[in-house]
Amino acid sequence: MKVIVPVKRVPDTAGDKPIDPNDRTVDRDSVESVLCPVNEFSIEEGVRLKEKHGAEVTVLLVGPDSAQPIVRKALSYGLDAAVQVSDEGIAGSDALGTARVIAKALESMEWDLVVFGNQSADARTCLVPAAVAELLGVPSLTFARYLEVDGDKAIAHREHEEGWDVVEAPLPAVVSVVEAINDPRYPSFKGIMAAKSKPLTVKSLADIGVDPASVGAGGAAATMYAFEPRPPKAAGTVVEDDGSGAAAEQLADWMTEKKFV
Amino acid sequence: MPSSPYGLSPEQEEFRKVVAAFADEVVAPAADEFNAEGRFPLEIVQQMGEIGLFGIPFEERHGGMGGDYLTLCLAIEELGRVDQSVGITLEAGVGLGAAPIAEFGTEEQKERWLPELASGQKLGGFGLTEPGGGTDVFGATRTRAVLDGDEWVIDGGKQFITNAGTEITSLVTVTAMTGPAEMTAIIVPTDTPGFSVAPPYRKVGWHASDTRELSFEGVRVPVSNTLGERGAGFRQFLKTLDDGRIAISALAVGLIQGCIDECVRYAGEREAFGRPIGANQAVAFKIADLEVAAQTARQMTYYACWRKQQGLPYKREASIAKLYSSEQAVTAARQATQIFGGMGFTTETRVGRFYQDCKILEIGEGTSEVQRLLIARELGV
Ligand SMILES: Cc1cc2nc3c(=O)[nH]c(=O)nc-3n(C[C@H](O)[C@H](O)[C@H](O)COP(=O)(O)OP(=O)(O)OC[C@H]3O[C@@H](n4cnc5c(N)ncnc54)[C@H](O)[C@@H]3O)c2cc1C
Repeated sequence: MKVIVPVKRVPDTAGDKPIDPNDRTVDRDSVESVLCPVNEFSIEEGVRLKEKHGAEVTVLLVGPDSAQPIVRKALSYGLDAAVQVSDEGIAGSDALGTARVIAKALESMEWDLVVFGNQSADARTCLVPAAVAELLGVPSLTFARYLEVDGDKAIAHREHEEGWDVVEAPLPAVVSVVEAINDPRYPSFKGIMAAKSKPLTVKSLADIGVDPASVGAGGAAATMYAFEPRPPKAAGTVVEDDGSGAAAEQLADWMTEKKFV
Repeated sequence: MPSSPYGLSPEQEEFRKVVAAFADEVVAPAADEFNAEGRFPLEIVQQMGEIGLFGIPFEERHGGMGGDYLTLCLAIEELGRVDQSVGITLEAGVGLGAAPIAEFGTEEQKERWLPELASGQKLGGFGLTEPGGGTDVFGATRTRAVLDGDEWVIDGGKQFITNAGTEITSLVTVTAMTGPAEMTAIIVPTDTPGFSVAPPYRKVGWHASDTRELSFEGVRVPVSNTLGERGAGFRQFLKTLDDGRIAISALAVGLIQGCIDECVRYAGEREAFGRPIGANQAVAFKIADLEVAAQTARQMTYYACWRKQQGLPYKREASIAKLYSSEQAVTAARQATQIFGGMGFTTETRVGRFYQDCKILEIGEGTSEVQRLLIARELGV
């Protein structure tokens, strides 16, 4: 079995994410970049497929050369090889443009299953996995909190507000996973050292046959008109318990008002 | 090789981040509980094994990670930043349990014992100190080993031996007198009849680190368990302690850094007279001094590692690093506790636990007096 785990480089999730007013994208030079946290879970699924089914697992990253440490980081968990699509024409792509690049990259590779994280920590659209499946004409099982491969089909538990549905699809298929799916391991020192020498293939848009006009800022279907920083957190409401039971009532009223109950 | 003596390679930087995340996410949240219970945190030690921490400086063919000593020190420092018991468990497991076998053992001994020690599935101890003394080791060693055919018969006792009585301890290497003024190190599997460990000590700190008194009554092991050569015990433990001093220094650096992290946070949160306590220079300057100590101690530790790895003499630098870092750690714990006020005197806080843990750093693997003695001797005084 061949599995692809697409991963993303995102600005450090703990820090501020300043927006560059010129191109209205996150100013990546001013913040530290990290492997998107949800990818720790998709990578862990990849490692488990390797352990259970002997799958060959390849990392796929769309991003500039400076994102290479993120590729190595993904490999340090024990994956086999990596493909990076790096091209100046990709800058400014929206979710659809990114999906186009990933879909074309996947067409140039051999695979049975693609395991995405359900949403990236910076854009949070949840669009890319489903869009990639649609572009490739393969089934997609999104928001998986459980994943199993049985012969030539994938079975997933698709999470939603009331619980989850058991869904399945024949391979090849695209899956996106949520953080409830597993408990990711830490990379080992050996994994970190081995990641240095794992094969990494860098491809351009031309290599994978993407029309440059369909991606990048020019090919974007979405336009950002305005942006503003998130307002600072408002102070919370403090309910003091004076022992009379009034506090419980206040708390219940507040929860009803906020529709928590 | 990094261009500056203290520069870390990108892989070392990455590894440090992984251990730091493990320390913050797994060790720190559990530290209050396992210290309060005085319990050896087996589940955490096993996870450390999975990340490869116990195999860092050993060769891959013996189950090691093929890393260097500085990389080991980075791991000890990052663990020590959140909990000293877990830090010393790694330091002693690698430095005292496995390293003597890796360094002085025969190929057969390495093949037999190193893989399980390097994977963290088993732990080893190194028994040198006796009730009669730990500083004057040669004069105080009463434990004897006598050859009977092709077996050593060992009688005696050891005191304060780290990692000697955990559920996963598989061996203790002990120094014994094997003739007039002849000391030999012998590997004793813990399931050998006649070997026994006393209940854990009631210690001032390092509550979750396993420390035991050992007794040997007619313990028989094959002569092939001799570590390296007969009579090499004294030289071997001197070398083992030189390396161990650098690692203890790393543990002390972790403690100082932990004090800084905690104090910076607390000084910003805690208010008195309508403003954060950190707004008072009496508090802020204490923290500034901690930062000076951390940076200086860290540089000395990395420098000693670098000399070792370059094949340069490093005995003096190891002693300097250990002496300076451990004394600064004691100061740091005292000052951090002061900044935390009453909360600092509870063992619920990290700095309160550090206050308990710091003192042993000036005692174990050579007291401060011994370090000064060694430094003076190196200077020809
Ligand atoms: C928690 C813990 C874990 C330990 N783990 C291990 C272990 O795994 N393996 C092991 O072998 N040992 C271990 N030890 C023992 C430790 O290394 C010794 O306690 C230490 O070396 C000091 O020896 P001592 O306690 O016998 O003190 P002593 O040797 O009796 O010394 C007492 C005091 O006299 C001073 N002194 C002695 N001689 C001189 C001199 N010539 N000049 C100036 N001052 C001098 C010392 O510095 C010290 O202050 C451990 C100890 C503890 C507490």
